[in-house]
Amino acid sequence: MSPHSPTLADVLDGKEVVICAGSGGVGKTTTSAAIAAGLAARGLKVCVLTIDPAKRLADSLGLDELGNDARRVDPRLFEEQGVEITGELWAMMLDPKQTFDELISRQAPDEESRDRVLGNPIYQQISGALAGSQEYMAMEKLFELHTEGDYDMLVLDTPPSRNALDFLEAPRRLTQFIEGKSLRVFMKPTGFAAKVAGRGATVALSVMKRIVGFDLIADLAEFFNAFSGMVDGFQARAKRVNKLLAAPTTCFLVVCGPQGEPIDEAVYFHRKLVEAKLPFGGVIVNKVHYPAEQLRGDDEDLPATLAEKLGDADLAQRVAANFADYQALAERDARNIEHLAREMRATGVIRVPYLDEDVHDLAGLAQINRYLFATGEERVAMAAGRA
Amino acid sequence: MIVTGKGGVGKTTLSVALGMRAAAEGKRTIVCEVAAQENASRMFEHTTVGFHEVELEENLWAISIDPDDSMREYVLLQLKVRAMRDMLFRSRIFNYLAAATPGLKELVTIGKIWELAQLDRKVKSGCKYDTVIVDAPATGHGVGFLQTPRTFANIARVGPIHSQAKTLDNFITDHDNTGVAIVALPEEMPVNESAALERDLVDEVGVAVDRIYLNGLYPERFSKEEAEKLVPLAAEDGAPRAAARAALSEFGRARSQRAQLARLRRRVQAPVKTLPFLFEPDLGPEAARRLSRRLS
Repeated sequence: MSPHSPTLADVLDGKEVVICAGSGGVGKTTTSAAIAAGLAARGLKVCVLTIDPAKRLADSLGLDELGNDARRVDPRLFEEQGVEITGELWAMMLDPKQTFDELISRQAPDEESRDRVLGNPIYQQISGALAGSQEYMAMEKLFELHTEGDYDMLVLDTPPSRNALDFLEAPRRLTQFIEGKSLRVFMKPTGFAAKVAGRGATVALSVMKRIVGFDLIADLAEFFNAFSGMVDGFQARAKRVNKLLAAPTTCFLVVCGPQGEPIDEAVYFHRKLVEAKLPFGGVIVNKVHYPAEQLRGDDEDLPATLAEKLGDADLAQRVAANFADYQALAERDARNIEHLAREMRATGVIRVPYLDEDVHDLAGLAQINRYLFATGEERVAMAAGRA
Repeated sequence: MIVTGKGGVGKTTLSVALGMRAAAEGKRTIVCEVAAQENASRMFEHTTVGFHEVELEENLWAISIDPDDSMREYVLLQLKVRAMRDMLFRSRIFNYLAAATPGLKELVTIGKIWELAQLDRKVKSGCKYDTVIVDAPATGHGVGFLQTPRTFANIARVGPIHSQAKTLDNFITDHDNTGVAIVALPEEMPVNESAALERDLVDEVGVAVDRIYLNGLYPERFSKEEAEKLVPLAAEDGAPRAAARAALSEFGRARSQRAQLARLRRRVQAPVKTLPFLFEPDLGPEAARRLSRRLS
């Protein structure tokens, strides 16, 4: 809260990738879009990426639809809201299946291998439908865009998974999944592999056939065989994705809400980031109830004071009761944020207030943007309606 | 009853409240928390809920469904022989498959929910439940989660996995016994998303959406005339100013929320039930209990 605490612009100075992480429902998408807009207003060419079937980013940016290609957001839209975009703001909403298809096309050694994978029924099911593939693809696209180097800054809004950690494991799981090495070896029980694999594996396989059914195992084998020839490429790629995540030019921002549960999750997530040696940049708490300033112990007289000013004792009573409820929430938020800052050893937790208006359009986004890039003192002044 | 909705809308609190309600009606009820996060156990102080059925109060039980534990239990039920299972879990090929196959965690989780709902429980020590309430993962994933059985049934065309995935799909889409509740918030985007979610759940997954809960509705504490009287006060100083500002923002939110409620009602098929915003510091068991009384 000190005026010397770093602002968001300081934290992001010199970064190339910003990853907004946190559990669902804490305003990650809006925050990502507001950060991207703020950086574009500071002259950078920025692209914000989201994987979100609910099309929230498109809503936030006032775009009708987004696709797998980046679209430039019309700077005039922001100008109307008092934000001058001197750089460029681009936005992309990923289609996980399309991203996966593109990845396969790029990695396949030849057209035949590519078609074999794309045409495989298991691939078709898992690439689009199953939970989990979204995380894989978010990291993939981020890496691809970073490699192409067309933008000064990439802002990733992580998928809305319940567990914010899912996507941290994505590169490793992607490799593991594509590899299928052990399975392919075991699938040729008559050949050389069977001799190498030994009896234990053969028994394991026969047990698995009983549970899973031979049909599925055979299909899986065909699926993984189709991937052969791409494995090395995928492994190398996953390594580079991991390197990008841990690079000093990358910055993880933890986004959360002020209630006990989101705060606990943010603390947990921060710990995991530190354990994984990933660069933690700071924490943003959304929808905070700011406490009223400068109350000089005249709270007890408040109903009377209000009654006198309003000439309506009943209304005064209700205004006072409502105020007490609000102050209780503000105290809770302050307590939770203090706990959060202590646990993370974070200086300058960015607190975005619970705004009177529901944030769903560019006006709301511009307002969030002003809070995000302000100093702690400026935020307090803004929340009190003085700036 | 499967409780779904986007993150942070209060699915866990509502799931527990629904559980309390059913238990109070004399139904033996279990609340299932999906994924090993134990949100629900926050709701019950002094009780750690893990992968076993814990009795919280009369008729009310809870379990946190961990996919790895579900997988172990499932395999043991299939194999009957513990030594064989242990061997399987040690084998690289199995661990590879279990970790790498996307959606397998979701499948075994739904499998465990199905098992809990059976009158003839597969788990020997398990008791029968009249009501099983599932605190489902946040959407974005919600539809994917419920679609997992069908996806697996399509991948495995024949064999045990196929028939079991089919059983789970039938279980989820059984309109007589399985219902879905969507939890929404009275804000623009959550309302849009809830309407889209209902459409996807009905059209794509084929489940019955029984009810939509609009959570966190502010009370209408002030009339328009009263709000106008407060405007000059908000320009003054000190505590009256802060109190007037708080009242005006409550008035504004309560009004915009009513507009969102009307929008939601226009855009969804299922009946909408509103739940009040709870002005309390932390949403513990008492909050759930108070909510449960509103769920008649």
